[in-house]
Amino acid sequence: MKFSLRSLFTQGLTGHHGWGPQWRSPEPKPAYDAIIVGAGGHGLATAYYLAAEHGVRNVAVLEKGWLGGGNTGRNTTIIRSNYLWDESAAIYEHALKLWEGLSQELNYNVMYSPRGVMMLAHGVHDEQVFKRHVHANRLNGIDNEWLMPEEAKAFCPPLNISRNVRYPITGAALQRRGGTARHEAVAWGYARGASPRGVDIIENCEVTAITRDAGGAVTGVETTRGRIGAKRVGVVAAGHTSVLMGMAGVRMPLESYPLQALVSEPVKPVFPCVVMSNTIHAYISQSDKGELVIGAGTDAYTSYSQAGGLHIASHTLDAICEMFPMFRRMRMLRNWGGIVDVTPDRSPIIGKTPVPGLFVNCGWGTGGFKATPGSGHVFAATIASGEPHPIAAPFTLERFTTGRLIDEAAAAAVAH
Amino acid sequence: MLIIPCPHCGPRPENEFRYSGEAHIARPADPEATSDAEWADFLYMRSNPKGRHAERWRHIHGCGRFFNCIRDTVSDRIERSYPAGTRP
Amino acid sequence: MSFRTPTGGRIDRNRVLNFTFDGRAYTGHHGDTLASALLAKGVHLMGRSFKYHRPRGVLAAGIEEPNALVHVDRGGGRDAPNLRATQVELYEGLVARSQNRSPSLAFDLGAVAGLLSRFLPAGFYYKTFMWPASFWKRLYEPAIRAAAGLGRAPTAADPDRYLHRYAHCDVLIVGAGPAGLTAARAAAATGQRVMICDEQPELGGSLRDEPGAVIGGRASAAWLAAATTDLASRGNVTVLTRATAFGWYPDNLIGIAERVTDHIAMPDPNLPRERLWQVRASEVIIATGAHERPLVFPDNDRPGIMLAGAARAFLHRHGVLPGRRAVVATACDSAYAAALDLHAAGVTIAAIADLRANPTGAAIEAARAAGIPVRTGCAITGSTGRLRVTGALLGSDWVACDTILMSAGWTPSLHLQSQSRGKLRFDAATASFLPMAQPGQRSVGACAGEFDLAAILGVPVSGAISPNGSHTGLVPGASAKRAFVDFQNDVTARDLALATQEGFRSIEHVKRYTTTGMATDQGKTSNINALAIVAGQLGNTIPEVGLTTFRPPYSPVTFGTIAGASRGDLFDPERRAPMHDWAAAHGAVFEDVGTWKRAWYFPRGRETMHDAVARECRAVRNAVGIFDASTLGKIEVVGPDAAEFLNRLYTNSWKKLGVGRCRYGLMLSEAGFVWDDGVVGRIAEDRFHVTTTTGGAARVLNHMEDYLQTEFPELLVWLTSTTEQWAVIAVQGPDARALIAPLVAGIDLSPEAFPHMSIREGTICGVPTRLFRVSFTGELGFEINVPAEYGPAVWEALMAQEAPTRSPTPYGTEAMHVLRAEKGFVIVGQETDGTVTPDDLGLSGMIARSKPDFVGKRSLRRPDMVVANRKQLVGLLTEKPDDLLEEGAQIVEDPRQPIPMRMIGHVTSSYPSATLGRSIAMALVEGGRARMGSTLYVPMPGQDITVRVVEPIFYDRTGARLDG
Repeated sequence: MKFSLRSLFTQGLTGHHGWGPQWRSPEPKPAYDAIIVGAGGHGLATAYYLAAEHGVRNVAVLEKGWLGGGNTGRNTTIIRSNYLWDESAAIYEHALKLWEGLSQELNYNVMYSPRGVMMLAHGVHDEQVFKRHVHANRLNGIDNEWLMPEEAKAFCPPLNISRNVRYPITGAALQRRGGTARHEAVAWGYARGASPRGVDIIENCEVTAITRDAGGAVTGVETTRGRIGAKRVGVVAAGHTSVLMGMAGVRMPLESYPLQALVSEPVKPVFPCVVMSNTIHAYISQSDKGELVIGAGTDAYTSYSQAGGLHIASHTLDAICEMFPMFRRMRMLRNWGGIVDVTPDRSPIIGKTPVPGLFVNCGWGTGGFKATPGSGHVFAATIASGEPHPIAAPFTLERFTTGRLIDEAAAAAVAH
Repeated sequence: MLIIPCPHCGPRPENEFRYSGEAHIARPADPEATSDAEWADFLYMRSNPKGRHAERWRHIHGCGRFFNCIRDTVSDRIERSYPAGTRP
Repeated sequence: MSFRTPTGGRIDRNRVLNFTFDGRAYTGHHGDTLASALLAKGVHLMGRSFKYHRPRGVLAAGIEEPNALVHVDRGGGRDAPNLRATQVELYEGLVARSQNRSPSLAFDLGAVAGLLSRFLPAGFYYKTFMWPASFWKRLYEPAIRAAAGLGRAPTAADPDRYLHRYAHCDVLIVGAGPAGLTAARAAAATGQRVMICDEQPELGGSLRDEPGAVIGGRASAAWLAAATTDLASRGNVTVLTRATAFGWYPDNLIGIAERVTDHIAMPDPNLPRERLWQVRASEVIIATGAHERPLVFPDNDRPGIMLAGAARAFLHRHGVLPGRRAVVATACDSAYAAALDLHAAGVTIAAIADLRANPTGAAIEAARAAGIPVRTGCAITGSTGRLRVTGALLGSDWVACDTILMSAGWTPSLHLQSQSRGKLRFDAATASFLPMAQPGQRSVGACAGEFDLAAILGVPVSGAISPNGSHTGLVPGASAKRAFVDFQNDVTARDLALATQEGFRSIEHVKRYTTTGMATDQGKTSNINALAIVAGQLGNTIPEVGLTTFRPPYSPVTFGTIAGASRGDLFDPERRAPMHDWAAAHGAVFEDVGTWKRAWYFPRGRETMHDAVARECRAVRNAVGIFDASTLGKIEVVGPDAAEFLNRLYTNSWKKLGVGRCRYGLMLSEAGFVWDDGVVGRIAEDRFHVTTTTGGAARVLNHMEDYLQTEFPELLVWLTSTTEQWAVIAVQGPDARALIAPLVAGIDLSPEAFPHMSIREGTICGVPTRLFRVSFTGELGFEINVPAEYGPAVWEALMAQEAPTRSPTPYGTEAMHVLRAEKGFVIVGQETDGTVTPDDLGLSGMIARSKPDFVGKRSLRRPDMVVANRKQLVGLLTEKPDDLLEEGAQIVEDPRQPIPMRMIGHVTSSYPSATLGRSIAMALVEGGRARMGSTLYVPMPGQDITVRVVEPIFYDRTGARLDG
């Protein structure tokens, strides 16, 4: 049933008995044209676009747990596209444009909220870096503007622009189209869009092996629910990519780190946008429910534990309280961790692998949520055609051999 | 905050240490003799296992020495530690 | 009308406390909570729910309370939202107000949402508000946001302090109820270091609600007093009250939030408001008890409906009755204890409605014996009343009442155990998940499923009723409509059913779709009921549906507590150079460089920054300037293999560098990118004085140690950070030699004896110095290294010199930047960004081709490192001399091309040069060295700036000025 005010009203009058499952829960078939490993936002988006735009409908998305239960459901939902390098700007802007129409495309309110993402500069070096971004973005057609402290305060009244603090705010870069979205709705919306187009979403189905023929090409996967054949397998399993690719004998330039986030108890609207500070090292926004959503960098060591140390949360909150001392009496409601896979240049890997038929989409580090629609879109095209989508083309595995890195970390060192 | 057993100083809290990545990745004895792929493997490829992980730590706010640990990356429990340059 | 009992309770009836709630004045007693004090006045209505704004009273008596959330305001920025009235201890003058209502708690316009509830099922917002797209941002989302939220965030900076404490112990006991006290006494008796914490103001837990129990022949109060005294008297026991263990972290680190002053009217200003304890325990004994479950039936949320155990707690702790006429609805014997106690206190128990068909046992007998009507096999299926319950629907009978007490049994509190990834098992008999022990941790008492007092205490107990019997999920025969499971988030049994109907089968999905268990009470009263309802819908058992993950914290923890003392000056302590105080006293403006405060420029009079920097630059070019360069990193590299070591770490060759000479060193990452630079002086055959960038000092030392210890352990080299041991005073300008000469002894300063790029040891002002002849300005220059504590004295001595005509001009980092840019010297981190090779900077000459290997060498041969169009360092001169490029501005060949433009580089440095009378800039440009003399463009908003590509050196190309 189409979601709309009318259907909600009609169902309200008749007891809501008409709503069916938002996606099917089928048994796996023996074989598919393509298998996507990982039912997070990126994997589900890939399956959706394979079916919706490339006519590849005989697709399975395999998920070891519940769909959207990885980083999709664990991130702080920041969306922006003001990256420095042309390659990065292109893919994140591709994603941002898709975000702008995603609720309508999926008939699912993903609550994309372009409330503005502001990065605070605290000194000359920050200003040089952020202005470099602003100018590059402007000439790439991506909105990003430089604000003086007073202008930043006007946009975000809780900011303290006093000079008499440890790290005074000396300016800010603002992307007005940046913002947030409702993370789970993205996974659910893509699942609901993909399922009726033929995509089988199979939860509680862990891939235990990737099978290959004598020539080395992929023939399918072994799972906890049996063998499933496919000549094309796309691994989209943030955090666990190394483990899965290892099943096909492919070593990856990845390390998996815990990334913590936390929310406060909900309060009435108090914080209008997203604010990030790289120098003070934290970021904050307020969800539609009213929770302050707060994060920072990863924990120090690799881990798959989906938990982190209290001292990390402590550093995050001392930064938030330093910037916004009025929030010191707010209370932390939940604190959790995800597992992010991080590449040496902090840019993703999207495309083919040395194994014929095996594709990978990984390495989004701490900032993959914002790319979800764009990532799925270009990865679907890559899997469908067997050749990289032009926007995905620079994000190869080979770049680590040639040295053609896309080093956003070096350029900005901004966590998100 | 983990408790990390420095092989030289004994167990100490994590904030005395700096994590230094996967252990036993030896720099090629003759880098010039390596292919681009071999060099990239040394520079960037990591085993990143889910489970037992041999990794380096430096007791930077203690004895200053690098050493190796075996840690389970699922439970974060450290099985043992041993000096740099030795094998577990 | 008072609902206070004439006697009893643990309050101090001699201490009357005044407080206000929503502006109305009340009184209570010391020992009250805000909730008990209001209940004593007959006030049940304390809050409004999140979504439907339904009127709510207190459900519980403690930390699990979902409804009665209030804003407490102590004034002066000391206000906090969303506090549970059941945890707010009363103090004289307390000011509290209700939340999430407008205009008042009794008449809330937001309640219209309740009337529309049939159109607002779980997840309704995912299904609408999509058209037109622009309305989401402008209309729908602001409306949803305004309706959501609970209380209001504070708006003023919090003046209170928070502190961290660390502790170690052999045994930490979490929870000081009967099980925790017993465990603590046992551990204490063995002489171990014991800590016990409890979130309540006093020890005892549920034992306080059992005044009739007789323990080993003693009244429970006497047993508790003896246990408390026993623990307090032992030197090996630390007792923390008002201290909530909220999180388990690896290796048995427990986070405990202690509330120190919130319960005190006029706290000692020396006390922190709260304390974060981080306790490392060899063993953790979890004794966190259990939370009572509500019954899920329609309209189970009206004010006056509360958990039976809560009513008992209010009676025995505070001497407060919940009402005059109560209906008790239960599936558990413990509610009989509440009924009996309230009956004894004068409350009419209109009926006990027991879901169980044939309950038996002492509790039931006692109720019947007391004349309380007991209806068995009787389900409560509704209630009436608006701001207060007025009746209960028992089967088909409406029974008038002003209070409904309910109990569906008890849910063990598993949070800490679950956070530690401990294993759980499901006990079907009690419909409970129970914890399993693991190394370093065990659970005891009710949280482990042991409710029997005698078993817990290990002594005979009489007069206590064990909570046998339980029910989960919707009451049989009841409608799911308005049958609340999660009270705060207004999640009903019907919402849960809808979620499963819509295909949300994982409990994690149901939780997220309906928001059940995600309110500020963390689902303490709702989780098991929700699980049971979902299991029923799916035809599964509860363990098949699975438990959601518990995440820290167990209950909300103040940001300030977690942040601790880290604020202001302590947030990130400033590093100050040795001459900082002199600079501050002489009007310097400082800039943050990493954690350092560096003098940026020294304005005189009403000078602007531009004027001051121009003057400082002119002084260096024409006379002499003086600069605090102490923040540069310094590493002493010593040992027979020191030169070999540097050979491997730097691109340059060091073996032939003579003693007493210096060289500019370039360091690469192993990936081949410029990573750090600095002048290195050879003090002796086996001793080098290495300098690094200000920001790079620590990581360069770590990098060196890494290679030395793990890749080149055969080299005999020792590394010592000397950054803070040396004060460094740069003296630069044609008069530099004349300035220092009178103060230096033991060093021949003549150009022949002491050429550029040399180092000598001697004295200055009688102080030992390592004197470098180096220049980062292009002028004749010296860098005077003296022991840091002598820095200010030497500086002042230099300032007092008047040779040859006047004292030197202090200059700051900005002038330093301009002067070096005029000479085309790069700054790592400004001209480079981690993607730049030596050749990109035109520094190929720094690479010793003869060396077989150095860190980063192999990477320089990778295909992309040698492509033709790499970005290379060039100079840029604007067509109009007064045009100043913006650092970070992008460079194009054709400014008229459409967007997206093809950018070929960016401006790395740009300054107005007083020396040259025009602006200068450096940039990284694709194939830059082949573009010399060509014209490029820098498109800026409103104008395109035309620039000419030049060599990146603007002044004194021959270096003639180096000799003064």
